[in-house]
Amino acid sequence: MLGKGVVGGGGGTKAPKPSFVSYVRPEEIHTNEKEVTEKEVTLHLLPGEQLLCEASTVLKYVQEDSCQRGIYGKLVCTDFKIAFLGDDDSALDNDETQFKNKVIGENDITLHCVDQIYGVFDEKKKTLFGQLKKYPEKLIIHCKDLRVFHFCLRYTKEEEVKRIVSGIIHHTQAPKLLKRLFLFSYAAAAQNHAATDPRNHTVMFDTLKDWCWELERTKGSVKYKAVSVNEGYKVCERLPAYFVVPTPLPEEDLSRFQGHGIPLWCWSCHNGCALLKMSALPKKEQDDGLSQMQKSFLDGIYKTIHRPPYEIVKTEDLSSNFLSLQDIQTAYSKFKQLFLIDNSTEFWDTDIKWFSLLESSSWLDIIRRCLKKAIEITECLEAQNVNVLLLEENASDLCCLVSSLVQVMMDPHCRTRIGFQSLVQKEWIMGGHSFLDRCNHLRQSDKEEVPVFLLFLDCVWQLVHQHPPAFDFTETYLTVLSDSLYIPIFSTFFFNSPHQKDNVGRESQDTQSKPLNLLTVWDWSVQFEPKAQMLLKNPLYVEKPKLDKGQRKGMRFKGPQGRGGRFSSWFSLFPASWTRTALSSGTAWPEHQRQLSLPLTQSKSSPKRGFFREETDHLIKNLLGKRISKLINSSDELHDNLREFYDSWHSKPTDYHGLLLPHIEGPEIKVWAQRYLRWIPEAQILGGGRAATVSKLLEMMEEVERLQEKIDARPHGQGALLAEAPLLLRGSARLSALFPFALLQRHPSKPVLPTSGWKALGDEEDLAKREDEFVDLGDV
Amino acid sequence: MSLLRGLLGMELIETSVRLFLDFQEKLASLDSALILDVPLGVISRIEKMGGATSRGENSYGLDITCKDMRNLRFALKQEGHSRRDMFDILTRYAFPLAHSLPIFAFLNEEKFNVDGWTVYNPVEEYRRQGLPNHHWRITFINKCYELCDTYPALLVVPYRASDDDLRRVATFRSRNRIPVLSWIHPENKTVIVRCSQPLVGMSGKRNKDDEKYLDVIRETNRQISKLTIYDARPNVNAVANKATGGGYESDDAYHNAELFFLDIHNIHVMRESLKKVKDIVYPNVEESHWLSSLESTHWLEHIKLVLTGAIQVADKVSSGKSSVLVHCSDGWDRTAQLTSLAMLMLDSFYRSIEGFEILVQKEWISFGHKFASRIGHGDKNHADADRSPIFLQFIDCVWQMSKQFPTAFEFNERFLITILDHLYSCRFGTFLYNCESARERQKVTERTVSLWSLINSNKDKFKNPFYTKEINRVLYPVASMRHLELWVNYYIRWNPRIKQQQPNPVEQRYVELLALRDEYIQRLEELQLAGSAKLAEPSTSPAGPSPMMPHVHTHF
Repeated sequence: MLGKGVVGGGGGTKAPKPSFVSYVRPEEIHTNEKEVTEKEVTLHLLPGEQLLCEASTVLKYVQEDSCQRGIYGKLVCTDFKIAFLGDDDSALDNDETQFKNKVIGENDITLHCVDQIYGVFDEKKKTLFGQLKKYPEKLIIHCKDLRVFHFCLRYTKEEEVKRIVSGIIHHTQAPKLLKRLFLFSYAAAAQNHAATDPRNHTVMFDTLKDWCWELERTKGSVKYKAVSVNEGYKVCERLPAYFVVPTPLPEEDLSRFQGHGIPLWCWSCHNGCALLKMSALPKKEQDDGLSQMQKSFLDGIYKTIHRPPYEIVKTEDLSSNFLSLQDIQTAYSKFKQLFLIDNSTEFWDTDIKWFSLLESSSWLDIIRRCLKKAIEITECLEAQNVNVLLLEENASDLCCLVSSLVQVMMDPHCRTRIGFQSLVQKEWIMGGHSFLDRCNHLRQSDKEEVPVFLLFLDCVWQLVHQHPPAFDFTETYLTVLSDSLYIPIFSTFFFNSPHQKDNVGRESQDTQSKPLNLLTVWDWSVQFEPKAQMLLKNPLYVEKPKLDKGQRKGMRFKGPQGRGGRFSSWFSLFPASWTRTALSSGTAWPEHQRQLSLPLTQSKSSPKRGFFREETDHLIKNLLGKRISKLINSSDELHDNLREFYDSWHSKPTDYHGLLLPHIEGPEIKVWAQRYLRWIPEAQILGGGRAATVSKLLEMMEEVERLQEKIDARPHGQGALLAEAPLLLRGSARLSALFPFALLQRHPSKPVLPTSGWKALGDEEDLAKREDEFVDLGDV
Repeated sequence: MSLLRGLLGMELIETSVRLFLDFQEKLASLDSALILDVPLGVISRIEKMGGATSRGENSYGLDITCKDMRNLRFALKQEGHSRRDMFDILTRYAFPLAHSLPIFAFLNEEKFNVDGWTVYNPVEEYRRQGLPNHHWRITFINKCYELCDTYPALLVVPYRASDDDLRRVATFRSRNRIPVLSWIHPENKTVIVRCSQPLVGMSGKRNKDDEKYLDVIRETNRQISKLTIYDARPNVNAVANKATGGGYESDDAYHNAELFFLDIHNIHVMRESLKKVKDIVYPNVEESHWLSSLESTHWLEHIKLVLTGAIQVADKVSSGKSSVLVHCSDGWDRTAQLTSLAMLMLDSFYRSIEGFEILVQKEWISFGHKFASRIGHGDKNHADADRSPIFLQFIDCVWQMSKQFPTAFEFNERFLITILDHLYSCRFGTFLYNCESARERQKVTERTVSLWSLINSNKDKFKNPFYTKEINRVLYPVASMRHLELWVNYYIRWNPRIKQQQPNPVEQRYVELLALRDEYIQRLEELQLAGSAKLAEPSTSPAGPSPMMPHVHTHF
């Protein structure tokens, strides 16, 4: 709180920042010592999970209403997770536990989710690693999903402190062997449990059939073929067993350079253009003969794909004039630090310079560059009718990112949940993205740890956020998917390549027994109850209405006929009479607002066409702005063609079942608040944010559905017209805007008040000193 | 008013367009696909660009700076001297005050089926708050604006303070703006009181009457030992104000009061800040350095401080810890922001459309926020140091709150934007003049139309479909930069590159569902009627579900 004389306005008085501020000394925490009996909370172990070490009388800090309290409990470390077993009296009621993860509890941290461990020694915070000489009085764990845990060890027996601290450090930080992953012990122990259909109709791309299906779906089969030459990984261990190449490519070429230099098909556009990727040939400058061979080999390849029926190929070298992995790594490590906040003071201190801190991390700018690159490639495919060949050293990092982003933007199928999961399977899992190294799951090299996949999810989030009705899944889906990166019971993100998965799986088993039944992350029922899974599904998404057989996909960039889809898709489900009234009754937002291509006469409904007519205002403003901006904006960062493509798309109403482009202007790239702010108590808006509107929407959908049932059941039905609705999200006033993750507060009465003062105004200092206006002394 | 005042040839960019002043005094340029609609009231400055010798495309013409973040540039042909005429006519009608012409609101003959001037009736509003009561009375001491010419005629003051007391207190408060009640908590009876700074001066003058008066305010609520005073200014500014006779309540003089400074800067700082916002969104929106540019404007930082201050006021009152007295220097800028925002947080009534109109009418218009000086209606002096976007800043704060609590407000974003548009347009009398006494002299309510007439006669357009009335909910926004956003739909709405967030798909879908629900309910009623008819006449076969009825497409 700003006290009298404490905060000098504009003054630069800043207290020296201690490296760690403990709000409450453990002594101050009110706990009835006699009650410390630690009601036994049983440790829930997964099949194959083993307890490694434990410590009792550990105090976990919980922040509530800007003060901290402690909960006594037991801290344990297993070969899967670190868990705190406390007797939290404020047990969550049903609604709140709806979204509970069945695998990872509120106080569980999987070993792979641990990012940094700090110890507090005499109020000083230090990073913990390796062998410790001295044991800390407090343990702070920063997680990769951005949770921050504070455990006070002051009341714990010294023995136990040593055991638990060194245990945790060892099991989370020491390099591990692949076969020691919990994944295998779990799979071995849980053999019989995985009875549900794990595939969930997600195309896994581990069979030739899957690739053929995808070729068929995108009508790419005319010019491309699926090959099985790499069955058993005979040709190359980086490539999947099956993949797709241009039809005329001779099979023997595929094996010449272990799959390098081969244009691999990613996706075909409706106009026949394809997105291809290629891993560059290894540079061998010393060996002239070999490089000569490589050159002629490549020439041959290029000739093949340049000849008709193939469109012109544009090569996009992602390793030379685009982001480097180093950039991504540096940016993210700065960025995540902004959210790993230890206490309230730190939150408010960083709040004043929040925007510049964000900018200096460059993470949002990197997102913008990725989106821009994807727009560029989309423009080539869509507007210029050329093939695009992505080139990268191993074609398994930025290639995955860019090609899947392009597909999310161009192919509405990839915006359904199944389609998106299939896309991740195709481009990332089969594309050989080294999840094991990039997530540093084995703690073997920090240098290799680069959050490329997370960057992809963040880019998709921007699209989801900008165009909510276009996606079958919600931001919550993306958030839990990002969390799943660190849960080692799913095989999906725990291998560097399909070859590794198939081989290690085989190695760790004696040849006699059945192959391991590894779970895929796409089986969401492993993690969530059906009710919670509902939160992964976007209530705004409407499936594309089935078109008549003769009708071609009318969803493309140029065709104006497909552009009205936003209304027709939803309204087609309703009686025609209703549709008309809904469209013409003066809704508060002119639906023609962005249809700049349509003539003004569209708004013919008004009898008095005065100049004050509000409905046309936006249209007018838009039109006007457009002309003027053409006059002004001469220096554009995007090239002319691209600019035009981008502007023209954005000037038309969005067809959510067609091409989708992101906005990339400064204010449009945002922080993925749900993922990044969800654990910060100060950042919670209770009863607000999108969660508030979405829960109302869901309530209304339920009500409409109930009414519908009533009408259907009418012959027998009687009773009240509006019975009590079984609300999905009750008490929305208490939900945080970052629902379903945020900490739920029980007493939402206290406001959070910034504790930091005003930053110096700099050049405005003299203005600040001026009077508002002359104060006359009156007759005093 | 019927005929066109002028008709001039004009060329805009490459298209040949006509520009004329129509009878509604708007600037409009027409071609088949392009209409420019700018109320003349929004014009801040008109400049000629280029001279007779200028060469090159678009180098000769008019440059019009608007108060709503727009800049318009018209390229003209040099031949014909049309520019001079245009310039003269525009200047005349955009700045009528300088030409002894009436402001357009006095000429506007629009008719609405609702009279917006009746929205705010102070007696009724105070009655709604449960006033007068044992501790607070309504006084007519300022009926003819003799006590304070910038206050409204009707004031609520402590029961125990006599009119003579009030007169004596007035001598010690800047511009006689004495502490009066803005809002009273319905249960704990703590109050928000507003006023101007005390005239302490360099010598540290004291005034027993003022000290006693504040104590009387404190005592209206028995169990409380301290009155909390929030001085909206930064500490240093409050101190500096002593040099010009102002100051703040010192500890020695006011034993039973606790003073906090809220560090909100003055009108000049705010004006400069907004100017910087314009620089980063016009003509191009900053791309890669957007965030640091935004930060360098300090605009959101100011918003944060205003909100923080209001939260503190609201929290004090809501918790029943203490009554609150708010002032800045004169008590018509920052004070109005703080009291009205705190009231918005505390009292859900003000979150309805009419409630918000009353709030604006009460805390801003009647209590003498100097709209004429801050906006400069019809005044050509664009560089006037009195101009400042204080009211805009308040509306921005409201927008931030509505963004954080999308179900708590009956009105939508368009409502807020409409208010801002007509803050400048001079089409309505609502925001004209600096205070109630001036408005009364000019017979504004008789001679002009109220903005609320426009809004209330077409309320549906301004309604937020998600609105859920929650009577006792106190709304505390999170005043953190993590959640504050630049109001793109307002500040950057003229830029075609920037996404217009409407129609908001969630909202649109919700409205569709609402309509569907109503249709189903009606249908059920019909079926029920038919059903009871059937009971009377049991021969007909049971009706199955209507084949015409499609199934709702829900996604579970």
